[in-house]
Amino acid sequence: MPSFLFYLFAAITLGFGLNVILARNPVTSALSLAVSFVGLAALFISLDAYFIGIIQILVYTGAVMVLFLFIIMLLDIQKEEAKRANTAAVIGGVVLAVVLTLQVAAVLGVFKEGAVTTEKRALSMEIASKREDVAQVKTIQKDLAAGTLPDAKLMGMTLFEQYGFHLQAIGLLLLVGTVGVVVLSKRESPNKPVV
Amino acid sequence: MITLNHYLFVSGALFALGLAGVVVRRNIIIIFMCLEMMLSAANLALVGFSRFRVTDGLPDYAAQSLVFFTITVAAAEVAVGLAVIVALYRTRQSVEVDTITRMRG
Repeated sequence: MPSFLFYLFAAITLGFGLNVILARNPVTSALSLAVSFVGLAALFISLDAYFIGIIQILVYTGAVMVLFLFIIMLLDIQKEEAKRANTAAVIGGVVLAVVLTLQVAAVLGVFKEGAVTTEKRALSMEIASKREDVAQVKTIQKDLAAGTLPDAKLMGMTLFEQYGFHLQAIGLLLLVGTVGVVVLSKRESPNKPVV
Repeated sequence: MITLNHYLFVSGALFALGLAGVVVRRNIIIIFMCLEMMLSAANLALVGFSRFRVTDGLPDYAAQSLVFFTITVAAAEVAVGLAVIVALYRTRQSVEVDTITRMRG
């Protein structure tokens, strides 16, 4: 990936991320966060994580941000934005962010193993097609032999072969979450006692 | 040239932005969005490490599986969190964190 694209998408991610905090209107914040996540998905794709990039767009910008916008519009909280920001909180927040960023920069400055480019750690489909775990799945081996990266298939292989239990646990979590949302948002009836 | 450190710095900066947002803003929905931003920043670091840990010509898919689980947990968390915010708004008629000072409704 050309380096200017990295800087472009990094700027989109961070710039719109900053706009989430600065915008006075919550709807502007939500839409800025959606654009920021699209930039982040582009960074994922630049790291050859196509599946994660698409999931990021589908789940975050597709589902989560729509839910946020829905709640913002449902609650009609436009009228409460006139209040001034708390000065102490603003100074504290900015100092915290600057110090954390400087600390990350300082640590990365001495992190020599991180100074490698993607070209130096190039993916090799030819070597990968000879792997033992890949040889068991013919469709992945065929894709790799053709010189393409079957990212979603490899993710599926990892998830179902190594993390099958975790996948089921996460499914249960989603079910519990759904039931919890229904219970939480149910209007309490005046005659019945709250459980 | 773009190195792993570039990605890690973007990840750190995004996390710092989210942290600043949580401290500065008082609207609980914006605070919640900033929490999502911090989760995504961690995801970027994980995907970066995954891509740069090449074994036998492929990236480390264990890290990407963790990102997959993180995204799923975040989606469930958003659903429950927003339901709590709606319930909160019903009893207090406000989404400002300054007005929420008691646990009892």
